[in-house]
Amino acid sequence: MRAHYGKVTAAFAMISALTLSGCSAGGDSGSTDTGADGGACEPAEGPVELTFTTWVPGMDQVVELWNEENPDVQVTVQTGPNGNSGTYQNFFNQLQAGNAPDLGQIEYDALPNFRVQDGLENIAACEGIANAEDQFVDWTWGQVTFGEDDAVYAVPQDSGPMAMYYRADLFEAAGIEVPTTWEEYAAAAEQVKAEGAYITNFPRSDVNWFAGMVWQAGGQWFANDGEAWDVNLTGEESEQVATYWQDLLSEDLVSTLPSFSDEWNASFNEGQQWTWVSAVWGATTLSDAAPDTAGKWAVAPMPQWEDGGESAGNWGGSSTAVLKGSENPAEAAAFALWLNTDPEALALANELGGLYPAAESAAELEAFAGGVEFYGGQPIYDVFAEASSNVDPDFTWGPTMTQTYTDVSDGFGAAIGGSSTLMDALTEGQQKTIDALKAQSIPVNE
Amino acid sequence: MTAASATAPQQPQDADTGRANGPRSRGPRQSMLSRSAAMLIMGVFTLYFLTPIWWLLVSSTKTGGEITGSAPLWFTAESLTTFFGNLGNLFTYGDGLFGRWLVNSAIYAGLGALAGTVIAAMCGYALAKYEFRGREAIFNVVLSGVLVPATALALPLFLIFSEVNLTNTLWAVFLPSLVSPFGVYLARIYAAASVPGELLEAARLDGSGEVRTFFTVSTRLMAPALVTIFLFQFVAIWNNFFLPLIMLRDQALFPVTLGLYAWNSQISQIPELRPLVIVGALVSILPLIIAFLGLQRFWSSGLGAGGVK
Repeated sequence: MRAHYGKVTAAFAMISALTLSGCSAGGDSGSTDTGADGGACEPAEGPVELTFTTWVPGMDQVVELWNEENPDVQVTVQTGPNGNSGTYQNFFNQLQAGNAPDLGQIEYDALPNFRVQDGLENIAACEGIANAEDQFVDWTWGQVTFGEDDAVYAVPQDSGPMAMYYRADLFEAAGIEVPTTWEEYAAAAEQVKAEGAYITNFPRSDVNWFAGMVWQAGGQWFANDGEAWDVNLTGEESEQVATYWQDLLSEDLVSTLPSFSDEWNASFNEGQQWTWVSAVWGATTLSDAAPDTAGKWAVAPMPQWEDGGESAGNWGGSSTAVLKGSENPAEAAAFALWLNTDPEALALANELGGLYPAAESAAELEAFAGGVEFYGGQPIYDVFAEASSNVDPDFTWGPTMTQTYTDVSDGFGAAIGGSSTLMDALTEGQQKTIDALKAQSIPVNE
Repeated sequence: MTAASATAPQQPQDADTGRANGPRSRGPRQSMLSRSAAMLIMGVFTLYFLTPIWWLLVSSTKTGGEITGSAPLWFTAESLTTFFGNLGNLFTYGDGLFGRWLVNSAIYAGLGALAGTVIAAMCGYALAKYEFRGREAIFNVVLSGVLVPATALALPLFLIFSEVNLTNTLWAVFLPSLVSPFGVYLARIYAAASVPGELLEAARLDGSGEVRTFFTVSTRLMAPALVTIFLFQFVAIWNNFFLPLIMLRDQALFPVTLGLYAWNSQISQIPELRPLVIVGALVSILPLIIAFLGLQRFWSSGLGAGGVK
């Protein structure tokens, strides 16, 4: 405390000045810590202390493993609310103030935003990073390099390959074939409706779920040619997906409950929902939402647009990024790599935090072997591992996804209300995204 | 609760006798009508405000599954055991993190409000009782501070605290909590009304210094206003969310509001947090209810005095 006294008084004087002046002086921070550039990544001499901000539960215990083995590189875990609930905004504030943590958890769809705002350290030159590519599922590596040469901006942490959870018992009792194509799925939707239930719920506010659908169909919402961004929310594949779900909505074949709400949980628990096309992490969400249906669920690959197809979408997933201004990018990168490839760390992160690792070796982990009771003893993670290898590696997120999600979600709401369509929502989201990019002076092709 | 229910029945009685004896008493019918209309409106509002709290109370006696699976506004058969189970989990989860947050909130809000009240009282008292150049200008500037929302100041404060390396420390939340422009305003108004100049004059003649007079004489006269300021500050700091959200990264420093928010944002990953967030929310409003009930009498008289002036 005593050592802080001088600083405390200084801060206090400034606060008084601020309050007395009665208005907020703009934050013109003087310190701009540029940090190391991508060319060099020298390990430090002597002991190093790193800070790591994440919202994965139990991560402090995983990091404890590292700290025991690496007395010279001690990592402190700091937790906060999940990214879009405040942690990303804090990262941006801290980057501006020059006191960001060395490492931060960043979801794939938020990475481009940090990249555009120059918040990420290029760790390509750090030891072990360049040849780590083989250790991760293809598409996750694409997410952290943005397709740039000699550039790696984060280490993939977890992923959310998608498949279809379905009520095996109900499908069998009703004599309905489990759909393997989207065409069969729509036909099954009518049959399920005739049974007095819904085939699934259309999640209005989970635009990233919808993006996962477009991803599966082979669509691309964003592209960056190194100079400017292309925004294409209304491409052929997006239109296909939007029209498909619009038809289901118009015919009232899917429900429109708010995702993960109490009603949503109850609906699954009471057998009102027969399928859920969702990510691997949904396995525990489902078993928690619908405890009364234990043993009755099963998992199959996502329905396909083409007969015999194998493609899968992805919903969610994070990376561990080294934030700009870190004084020890070499150690930070080494830690990030260990965290996301070490079998012991991965197993613990799965046990405590429910992460499905982006590392290829995940398939060998004990946690993902064998049957899962809630799913009638089916080894469901085999389905997801297969799905993971069928995710298109080139899907790119835009730099303003929060805004895009909000605008498209608003449009989806109107579509559910019947005053417009899902396609209208995408068209409007397209325009608003272009406007938002321009407003931030991010070059965009029109 | 007890105070409210004790005084509530008296008022209609007074009104009744007053009207019955008074020469210009309106018809009992009309009075009945307007009274029941008033009661109806008050009843609706009471219901509106109390239902969420009732829901909170009921839901805190349920397990994660029961929250969705049972009647939302009534208890289950095992409510009592579940409630104590939830409470136990709440205080043991994450090595007693929640208890730590409560203590933090108590430090931020308790000490912050106490120190803030003293500062506001001294400032308001000086503005009311001493004549000096620029007095009105200072007062107006402080008053204009009332208009600036605390949220708007959070980011500039973060950048300032970053300069002096005080972010992610207790001070980052504590220091900004000390200032209360509204408290200064209230203290000035109240000091002007309740501390007579003659009394201060007498104290001076008796040889008491200004500081001693302030603490021994004036603060006693200003007590109702001070309690009001304290309560205002306490509630404001206890409920303050945005400043800690921006300033703090270390969970051990979180106040209870931010801690619950962080848990709530993780429910989709760790569903067992759901009942903990609910029972935690219930526990976190108890200190506010206690503070209000305990200081209620002072609170209303202090507010009234400020209003008359």
